[in-house]
Amino acid sequence: MARGEIVYNEAKKVSVRKETKVKKFLFSPKTAPYIFIFPFVVTFVAFFLYPLIETVRMSFYEIYPGESTFVGLENYKRLWNPEFFTALQNSFLYTILTLVVLIPLPLFLSVFLNSKALPGRNVFRSALFVPVLTSVIVGGIIFKLMFAESDMALANSILGKLGFEPQQWLLGRETGMFLMVLLASWRWMGVNILYFLAGLQNIPKELYEAAEMDGAGRIKQFLLITVPLLKPVTVYVLTISIFAGLRMFEESYVFWQNHSPSDIGLTVVGYIYRQGFEFNDMGFGAAIGVALLIIVLVINLFQLKFTGTFKQED
Amino acid sequence: METKANKVQSTLLLLFFIGLSILTLLPFAAILLASFKPSSELLRFGLNLKIQPELLTLSNYEYIFTEGKRFLVWYKNSIFITLLFTVFSIFVSSMVGYALAVYNFKGKTLIFTLVLLSLMIPVEIMMLPLYKEMIFMKLVNTYWGVILPFLATPYAIFFFRQYALGLPKGLIDAARVDGCTEIGIYFRIMAPLMVPAFGSMAILQAMHSWNNFLWPLIVLRTEDMFTIPIGLAGLLSPYGNNYDLLISGSVLSVLPILVVFLFFQRYFISGLTLGGVKG
Repeated sequence: MARGEIVYNEAKKVSVRKETKVKKFLFSPKTAPYIFIFPFVVTFVAFFLYPLIETVRMSFYEIYPGESTFVGLENYKRLWNPEFFTALQNSFLYTILTLVVLIPLPLFLSVFLNSKALPGRNVFRSALFVPVLTSVIVGGIIFKLMFAESDMALANSILGKLGFEPQQWLLGRETGMFLMVLLASWRWMGVNILYFLAGLQNIPKELYEAAEMDGAGRIKQFLLITVPLLKPVTVYVLTISIFAGLRMFEESYVFWQNHSPSDIGLTVVGYIYRQGFEFNDMGFGAAIGVALLIIVLVINLFQLKFTGTFKQED
Repeated sequence: METKANKVQSTLLLLFFIGLSILTLLPFAAILLASFKPSSELLRFGLNLKIQPELLTLSNYEYIFTEGKRFLVWYKNSIFITLLFTVFSIFVSSMVGYALAVYNFKGKTLIFTLVLLSLMIPVEIMMLPLYKEMIFMKLVNTYWGVILPFLATPYAIFFFRQYALGLPKGLIDAARVDGCTEIGIYFRIMAPLMVPAFGSMAILQAMHSWNNFLWPLIVLRTEDMFTIPIGLAGLLSPYGNNYDLLISGSVLSVLPILVVFLFFQRYFISGLTLGGVKG
């Protein structure tokens, strides 16, 4: 019996030792980081790397339910069509127009919102920020109704008072683009102001004092100090705006549910959605995706090169 | 003279920003006003700012609790998805960001590069295989199908890393001497120090999830699983016989975020600026 007890105790010791070993292995500073990053690695491989590679693979296949045939570059050849060009044109025009509005305007406004000459500036910052809290869908619903065809609707009634003809906003190419850019500008103005305000905090006040002593006026100070020193923020805003512009889908979907008259609202992502999900032409949809990926990566590289972001990171 | 000129300038600036703020908030006023008018008015005349006391009614809101009950289902779905996504994504992302900031380990640079890389590639291009994966995993038309692929959010990882870089590392060594395990150090010592970061990211992730559109549109197939934006977008048919629900639903969907914003404004702001501008 005594012997049995000893054996039992020995076994227990071994198991305890094993347990602490496992515990030590799991919780040591060497292995712990791998436990921490494990969920990222799994989701990255499963929901990013795999679908990315699969997108590229699918783009070389014609895919039917249950079977798929290798078609080489056939899907890419099909990209040479007017619909895709319309989508590209719309996405690029939209991106450029949002850049034209959403960089200089917030930069300018943020300078005033940073100035002590403006009483109650925190209230204005909040007021301009509120639109981003709404979804594109709800914001779009409101805009769609404000710009409705009736000449009693808000936009047309203002036009009427000014003596202009009421517009069919959602039917024209220019007015349709205007609405999408307006919706995006309304939603993002406050956020970009916030970025520029954060950048303004990093500019030393002494620079302005020195400039004033040298007799530089406000405008000169703005152009020679504020604008150049806000460059990192401007580059950041530029980068995320281009990215957001090229992947735009919702601003168009809310106005036309992806079926706009003569495709005035068709974007590249909208085209993926149409071909891939509505027409079930997954191979072609994947090829559009790859084309968009290449465009985004090329623009990214150009930007990094010209704005010198690589050098800054080193 | 000098101060007088300043005063004039200041007043002009004030007037300009009052005007701009009114313009910015005008759409909210318009929809709030319209939600108390009969939906037939809206369908015929669009949104306008005419106050017509004789027309004011609560019928659009009553509709939600009578024929429009599906909106309550969408609301419930939105709440569940937002809660699940927010809790799990900040849990996962914070651990990754923390590990990247605190430890030196093999493959660290690779992992960080992958995080940055996934910030540079739009997920929209890989929706098709991702959807096929959801079919394979039987996650189509489920909450988890909406949430799972995006749990490890690159922006949040980046944000937590930036935040954790500023934490006092001495505490870690002290805890190790006391025999605390690494996991214990994270949960008992470091995570509590990261509460402001958790606040910022929770609010941003919740807002993102509440307003998210494209992926839920793809994954959620039946009306009883829709979230608010998907449901509302579905009401936007050109024949518009759902405008009562469309308009009261829009108001009710914005309301919770507005309330959260009023109370936690600074978390919104630090969440948006810390990751971006300093990075």
